Formats: sequence, structure tokens, C-alpha cells
Amino acid sequence: MQPVYDHILIRYAELSLKGKNRSHFEKRLQLNVRTALRNFENVKVKRSFGRMFVELNGEDVQGVSDTLKDLFGIHSLSPALKTNNKLEEIKEAALFAIKDALPDEVGTFKVSARRIDKTFPVQSQKLNYELGSHILQNTDQITVDVHNPDVEVKVEVRQEATYLTCKTVKGPGGLPIGTGGRVMLMLSGGIDSPVAGYQMLKRGVDLQAIHFHSPPFTNERALQKVKDLTKVLSRYAGMDITLHVVPFTEAQKKIHEVVPGEYEMTIMRRVMLRIAEKVAANNKALALANGESLGQVASQTLDSMFTINEVTTMPVLRPLVAMDKLEVIDIAHKIDTYELSILPYEDCCTIFLPPQTKTKPNRTKANRFEGNLEIDALVEDAVERTYKQKLSASEETDKEFEDLF
Amino acid sequence: MIYFDNSATTRPYKEAVDTFVKATVDFFGNPSSLHPAGKQAERLLVQTRERAAALLRVHPKEVLFTSGGTESNNLAIKGTAYQHQSRGKHLITSEVEHASSYETFKQLEQEGFTVTYLPVSRFGIVHIEDVKKAIRPDTTLVSLIHVNNELGSINPIEVIGKILQEHPKVLFHVDHVQGVGKVPLDLKKANVDFCSLSSHKFHGLKGSGMLYTRSGTKLSPMFAGGSQEHQLRAGTENVAGATAMVKALRMTQEAAWEKTDHLYRMTEKLIEALKSVDGVYMNTPSERAPHIVNFSVPGLKPEVLVQSYGEKGIYVSTKSACSSKFAEPSRVLLACGFSHERAASGVRVSLSFENTEEEMSTFIDYTKEMIPSLLKVVNK
Repeated sequence: MQPVYDHILIRYAELSLKGKNRSHFEKRLQLNVRTALRNFENVKVKRSFGRMFVELNGEDVQGVSDTLKDLFGIHSLSPALKTNNKLEEIKEAALFAIKDALPDEVGTFKVSARRIDKTFPVQSQKLNYELGSHILQNTDQITVDVHNPDVEVKVEVRQEATYLTCKTVKGPGGLPIGTGGRVMLMLSGGIDSPVAGYQMLKRGVDLQAIHFHSPPFTNERALQKVKDLTKVLSRYAGMDITLHVVPFTEAQKKIHEVVPGEYEMTIMRRVMLRIAEKVAANNKALALANGESLGQVASQTLDSMFTINEVTTMPVLRPLVAMDKLEVIDIAHKIDTYELSILPYEDCCTIFLPPQTKTKPNRTKANRFEGNLEIDALVEDAVERTYKQKLSASEETDKEFEDLF
Repeated sequence: MIYFDNSATTRPYKEAVDTFVKATVDFFGNPSSLHPAGKQAERLLVQTRERAAALLRVHPKEVLFTSGGTESNNLAIKGTAYQHQSRGKHLITSEVEHASSYETFKQLEQEGFTVTYLPVSRFGIVHIEDVKKAIRPDTTLVSLIHVNNELGSINPIEVIGKILQEHPKVLFHVDHVQGVGKVPLDLKKANVDFCSLSSHKFHGLKGSGMLYTRSGTKLSPMFAGGSQEHQLRAGTENVAGATAMVKALRMTQEAAWEKTDHLYRMTEKLIEALKSVDGVYMNTPSERAPHIVNFSVPGLKPEVLVQSYGEKGIYVSTKSACSSKFAEPSRVLLACGFSHERAASGVRVSLSFENTEEEMSTFIDYTKEMIPSLLKVVNK
């Protein structure tokens, strides 16, 4: 019988360090893997001794690996062949694996066998030799290179079966989503905030997003773009992400009317932060997150942060604070948000922008200007009218288009 | 009707036509318009592109919608030639390309480009060594057909892609119009920079095609105008055509999973049967695509054969539909080294997943009866 990949081996790195919490982290990762693979009906996800196995049961190995390779908490994964603990079967599987990993049958390899089941009669060194010779005898242009091989055939003889892996796909690392508490991401639709969301997801948080929408000054396409970005992020979350949309037109108009131009942006940010804090608290989030990078624009100078941050006691996490724009763009490309982010629609940060904005606002003045606004009422009203929508990466198609494809 | 001319065009899937009608009527807006109708059409186009990309296993921004195979080939070839002409004006192709590539190269020659037309073997494919030898410091493009539209022969695209990896400045265009759904091609693995597809060859509608443009490549656009299709193809997008194409592509790929063996069985049966008919010469090589069989009956004009089949409601063609109106020998068959007479008498049978074993049996029975009787008349 021709061997096929029957499961995928998942390794996790940082998790192993987490002491007594480890089983909690592992269980969460297992749940996330199951959720991510919910469309592959036949797969089974199992844990054993610091590893996780996804039994394919006939599902497409490529599709499953592609889904898993973006899941946080996974260090690497390898599609694995499973055979009986019989030398002849292991040999055949090794040959199959190398031909699959080197389809042109050109390249170098080495065999690394481990015998966890010490009752297996062939010792590791001998097994290396046996499998290596079998591959060499049955291929023409594949040679051994023990130092820098193109492919390493890893063989583990365990009690229950023998596992062979050839290729290793790197995962994103980080911690499993859902182990880090809930965070509310302020998502504008620019390049930075989706990357900030991604960085937060990497640390295992349960992410929700909040967006400020000011129709008719910001158009439906801008909101759609934010929804699409949320869907991309939900791919990395491995689950739906709730997007809270704040109708911000009224508040923004008021601020524009009352506050002097150079403080408009500062006050607007303070109001947004207050609204975000409320929405976060209502949804049991313990922190806010945004895409600010120190000194990037007027609202992101240290003076601005100091003045704007005054209005909340909730932690404001800024994962990009010490990153250069180009580093952020690199990540945006990698996570597939860049192309969406650069679509040229107005967002709530760019409309009503006065010709000049204070780069060094101070708290005293900010508070004084806010005296002319009914801040609490503005915030309450916006929070009340905020609506939410769950967005999922698996809903690639709008409902109205479904039957078209 | 027994329709065996699927390399010329296919009957559109009903589902693809339904999609076209619905998309045309319900989402008629111009994707560039700012109002909700425009936004909706844009949205449909975006999601169509995502679907296309997923089916081809590429990135959405690498998918360009065009008007069909001819435009895709023209855009890839001219677009590359013009874009990089300051670096070099040497281009490489083969002698058995489809007219939409071949004539494009002829045109470029008149404009001062130098073109190497690689010869092909008896089996209709280029020699790897010839490709290697043809590459010069001023070469900017290699353009090859994957599955030959007349013969069904398969060029070793993956191997050539590997060779070209050592020449990062030489771009690689593949005309995959006949191969879609029939002979798999992994664009990433084969290191392909541009790849042409045509909707009506896989049960979509005429007037729609695709060009895969690998991210990082540049093309000089052929049309001046708006900034549609990543500024590479001006003109209001044919959203409904593209959506119908994606539907047809998905259905074709699904059919390919189940029915490729079935296609091979039918054509194998035909090839076997033709062996026993005197005066018939097989032009299609044994390493071939599942759906095309080309044979010659020297002495019989192919038009006569096509008409005789036609009388029985069986539709086949002579050479490529795009060149079959000229009564000249097939350029492709001549390039394979066949005699003038044999090259002038080629008949092409091309199947789709919709054809049945019964149809093939009928075809074979009729062929066995008709060819000897026709030969008897002309050989008198």
C-alpha cells in the first residue's frame, strides 16, 4: 500500500516553559486548532507528551497545513507519515517521504532516527543506516549530506507507531489566542492599527476591535475596508472577531465647532479614548490597544500621548511604539493587510483636520477646552449608538454574492 | 450532436451563464463609481478576484482580468518586451505557439526585437538544452505554451522554470489556455511570472480571460486609460464575465478531480482504435494531455473529413480554430517534422469532461467506416 500523510505533528515552543499553567495553554491551543480546522470535518486533534497531532483521516494535508501555519502558539508543524513498527514498512515510508519532499529526486538528505520505544529491535544508529541505504538504492540523484541536508527525514519510533516527517513548516510562535485576556483594538483602517492587532494576537489575547465611523464624511467603502481588515485579523485569531462601530459624526461635529483648531485633534482623541474605554469595559476587556508609534505624527508625540492618555485609567497597549514605519509595513505585507490598508478612503483621523495641530499639547489647556463641551453626554450618546458585528475569515463572500460563485 | 471541438471553445456551463445573468442584472454598477451600486460591483469584483486567486493558489493581487487568451498573451509578451527593452531586446519562444503568441512575436520582430523560435521534437515539445542555449545576456522573456492546442503535447514547464530561476532577469510566460483543468500546473513551483487563461475554454463565456502576473513583476500596459486592474488594463471591468469565469473554473477543477482518468480512457480508446485504420497516422505523442488527439489521413483533405463528420452531427476541427480558415498545412505539425502532406491533413479531436464513452464509441465506429470508404474514392 502506498503510504500517505495521515497526520500533522504540531510543536509548540514557548508553551513548554509555562510551568503549572502549561496544561491550560495546551488545552487552549487544542481548542484553537479545532476551531481553525472546523471546515475539515474528519480531522481529529490529539495531545500527547508535549506535542499535538492532527489526524487527517483523508482531509487534504496541504489545506490543513496552510490553515495551521498562521496559528499562534504553534512553533512548527510537519506532515507526518504513520506506519507500524516494522522495519520494512518504515523503509517504504521513508522512501515515499523523501520522494514527496524532493519531487524531482535531486538533492541531499540525512536520516535522524530516534527510538523512544526501546523494545524496538533496531537501534537508532542502525536504523539511520538502514533507511539511508534504502533511499540511496531506490533513487538516482539523491545523496547524503549529514551537515547541511536539503531534507531531514526524522523518524520517531514510539510505542504505538512510528512517525516519519520530512518537511517542517514554521509557525508564527507566540501564545495561543484566548490565554491572554480580552483587549479592545482601536482599528482605524490605516497601516498601523491592523499590525498592532496582529502583534496583540501574537501574545494570545482575545481581540475585539472598535472603529469610529463618521458618515457622510467617511464613506461606506472606508467602513467596508475596516470590516475586511477585521476579517484578515480573524484569520490569525482563528475565530470570529467582534467589531464595534461607533457612530462618531455628531461628536466630531461638536468638537469641530467648539474646540480651537490646534487642539481639535487632541480633544478628538481624548473623546475617542473615553468612548473606547466605555465600550471596552462593557465588553469585559481589560485593556485598549492602538497602532501608535512614538513620534510618527502629531498625535503620537510623547506630549500628545501624555495629554491624551489622561482621560483613561485603562492600560493602553501600544505594541508598535518603538517600531519604525518600514518595520510596520513589512509586517503589514506579511500578514496581508497592507494592500487593504492603502486603499485611499478617508478615515475618521483625516477629516476635519485643521491646518495646524499641536505637537506639544498640554493637559491644562485640553481640560479647559473640554469645559465647553458636554463631554459625558457626547460619550454616552456615542456608546449607546455603537453597534457590533461579528466578522470571520471564513466568510470570504458576502451573502448577496454567495450563489454567484 | 457530438461536440468534439472543445479546444476551439466549450459549451458554457448553465451555472456560469446564470451567474453571468445575475451579476449583469443585479450588480451592473461601474466598480469605479463612488455610490453604493458602484461599491457593490467593486465588492463583487474583489471577491471574484479572491476566489480566482484561491483556485489558482496565488495572491489576489496577482490576478488580472482580461478579455481572453489572446489579450492575456499579447499583454504578457508585449508588456514585458516594452517594459524591459532598455535592458535587452531578445525574446525566446517556440515554433508551435498559438497564433496569439506567435503573431505577437512576429509583430515585435518588425519593431526591432530579436526573437529565437525554439524548434520542437517529433513530440511537439522544446528541448531543455535548446532553452538553455538560447538565453543571452539581453534576453528578457521566455514564452511557451504549456499544452499545445493542436497536438496536446505537454512542454516541461516546471523543468524550464527551474532553469530560468538561475536567470532572474529573464521572465517566464506560460500560455496555459489549453491546460486549465486538464494538466495541472503549479505556478509557484514552476517559477512562472505570467500565465494566460481563457474563460470559454473551460465552459465560461467568451470575452473573459485572466493573466496571472507574479507579484514583483512589471508590465507595460497596452491600453491607455483608467487605473483599473492594478493600472495594467484600462477599461471598465467586465465583472459579470469574470464572476462567471470563476464559477466555471471552480466547476472545472472539481470535474478534474473526478473525471481526468475518464478523459484519458476515452482518448486512449480512440488512439488504440485508430491504429487499426489503414491510412491514419497519429500525430499526438504518447506523453500527452488527456483531451486532445490529433491524427492525419494523408491524401484526404481535412475539410472533407470535418464535413463528413459534420453530416453525422459530429464536430471536430482541422487545426487550431484561430488558423483553420486558411487551407495551409499546420505550422505546428510542420514544426514537429511531419511531411507537408501529413501536416496538411491533420484532424483534431478535443474533449471536455462533458463528453461520454458512448459518444466516443459512436465516433470510433463512424471513423472506422468512413475513412476507408473516403480513401477508396480518392485513391481510385
